[in-house]
Amino acid sequence: MSSFWLHPALILLLGALLLPLVPAKLKKAYLLLIPVLVFARTLNLSVGVFGHVQFLDWGLTFGRVDKLSLVFGYIMSLMCILGTLYGLHVKENTQHIAAWVYVAGSIGAIYAGDFITLFLFWEVMAFSSVFLIWFRGRPESLSAGLRYLLVHVAGGLALLAGMVLHCRAQGSWSFNALDVHHPTVAIDLILIGFLLNAAVPPFHAWLPDAYGAATFNGSVFMCAFTTKTAVYALCRGFAGMEILVPLGVIMALYGVVYAVLENDCRRLLAYHIISQVGYMVAGVGLGTAMAINGACAHAFAHILYKGLLFMGCGAVLHMTGESKFTELGGLWKKMPWTFVFTLIGGLSISAFPLFSGFVSKSMIVTAGFEEHKYWVGFLLLLASAGTFLHTGLKVPYFIWFGKNQPKPEAWKRAAEPPINMTVAMAIAAGLCIFIGCYTPYLYKMLPYTVDYQPYTAYHISETLQILLFTGVGFFLLLKKLRPEPKISLDLDWFYRKGGRAFLWFARKPVQATDTMVGELYRVAGLVPLMKTARLASLFDNGVIDGFVDGIAQGVRGIGRRLRFAQRGQMQENLAFAFAVAALLIVAFVIYSYR
Amino acid sequence: MKLVQLIGFLRNRLKAVVRICFGLLGLLIVVDALLVDKQHAHTAVERLPAFWSIFGFLGCVCIIIASKWFGHAGIMTREDYYDE
Repeated sequence: MSSFWLHPALILLLGALLLPLVPAKLKKAYLLLIPVLVFARTLNLSVGVFGHVQFLDWGLTFGRVDKLSLVFGYIMSLMCILGTLYGLHVKENTQHIAAWVYVAGSIGAIYAGDFITLFLFWEVMAFSSVFLIWFRGRPESLSAGLRYLLVHVAGGLALLAGMVLHCRAQGSWSFNALDVHHPTVAIDLILIGFLLNAAVPPFHAWLPDAYGAATFNGSVFMCAFTTKTAVYALCRGFAGMEILVPLGVIMALYGVVYAVLENDCRRLLAYHIISQVGYMVAGVGLGTAMAINGACAHAFAHILYKGLLFMGCGAVLHMTGESKFTELGGLWKKMPWTFVFTLIGGLSISAFPLFSGFVSKSMIVTAGFEEHKYWVGFLLLLASAGTFLHTGLKVPYFIWFGKNQPKPEAWKRAAEPPINMTVAMAIAAGLCIFIGCYTPYLYKMLPYTVDYQPYTAYHISETLQILLFTGVGFFLLLKKLRPEPKISLDLDWFYRKGGRAFLWFARKPVQATDTMVGELYRVAGLVPLMKTARLASLFDNGVIDGFVDGIAQGVRGIGRRLRFAQRGQMQENLAFAFAVAALLIVAFVIYSYR
Repeated sequence: MKLVQLIGFLRNRLKAVVRICFGLLGLLIVVDALLVDKQHAHTAVERLPAFWSIFGFLGCVCIIIASKWFGHAGIMTREDYYDE
């Protein structure tokens, strides 16, 4: 083992472990201290490979620090501070512990230098974040969490299988850029594992399902870490993989379409995560220095503005108990500051000039145009019109204005959230504007040197025209956009209804076959047997009375025994049949070896 | 509570606000057509006056209409659909 290297995730894990021992008076300070320490440690990291541990036959690398892992580690630990601050007033230690372990999983995966370490932290993320869904405590939370876990276990298995195959072929577990131009089954499986966490269709339905169901602050954490860790992994392993470009563009538009239909504000935001991660995935697929820079920059900006948006909608949920547009409206009188912060998040995600999305999203679009993939550029710009339509206009309008009114009890409860939530939102909003106004802050952190200037007259004019005329369209078609109290079926239908079909299949056809086979045994086997025995007995008694009495008794005895063996239990019969088959095989093997 | 008063102030003068917004939109198109250097446009169509305005507006309308059509084609369903 090399000299000790303090892993940022270790601070968080130890902090989570010790949290229950902290006295109540010091708890809030402690809750802030640990994430700040993690952030400080992240700032303090120097580039290199550290934390090498020899475990059995494997060399594990916990600390691969380079420009790519640094930028992701930086924003993850920063978001951990904001998320913890936002939920500071939550009393249950377990909620904080789950969130911190989740963040630790994410940070651990980012600094992992080999597949085993990556996989370990990857699974830690899934198994800790599920608690953020369960802690909401609604009757449907349990099944929502189980669905989330089920999907992530499936993705984890694909990743594991790919890793093992890849290692056997390469003879090394190290996680570096993969040969994306000659994909093997191993590489495809790893890709599926990553794409599932990045919520790329058709592996995306877990995201709105889970993020709409989590606790008010759980979603703030969840929206930042899982998908962006996957984006990091894609940047690391799959830069330049062609297929990711169309997938990313499809994602960007897919999220927009579903966001039109969505009635739950947090599920709408979740669909826009899919849309925004689509830009990043497309950027990874383009694979040029500009595109990878764009993917990283957009992930960075996205974590902040999406966190902010989930904070805003989470505050509304926390205060009113409602998250559906049809149950909300007119809240500007009660929660004006939450409105302003959410609007800043909405303007940032829509890439308005002076807000963070403007300086990050445009790098990916420009990279698409520079590669002469015009369809990529135009379709991504179309998706950004859709983004403003929903997150910049629909969310603020239908929550804080609109014609609906919340129920009287929700209206009564509505007020600005506790101070820590407001401060977290204010800081996130401040950062969104800061990144948008002072570009070197973000650009200097990116993996490649940035040779790009977002603030040109043409770019500003183009963006303003697209966004403002989208606004005109919104207000003209306001009636069509009015939320409807409905849900939209997505691909989770297949496992939600499919699971039921499986249960039905187990209950009905399988059970019926079992009964039928049992009945068949009884009718075709036992009954004739008994009858034969009885006839034989009659014949015996009547015709050769006395002489063959013994034979009749014998047949009767066999009948009884067979009856005992054949109770119509399918499993027993199968076990018996397998046992006989196994005996035969063993006998055959022994015979053939002689 | 000054923020609430500001929002209320603007809401009470909605017509004026809307007029100002339309004025700004018109100004934007004029500035774009006359002043903005389109040397670095990616494609030729972008040099048409107000191209991006039309793109934004039509894009928005298409997204809304196509999505709503998609939703009403059977994707949107009752809220208790998954409940047993």
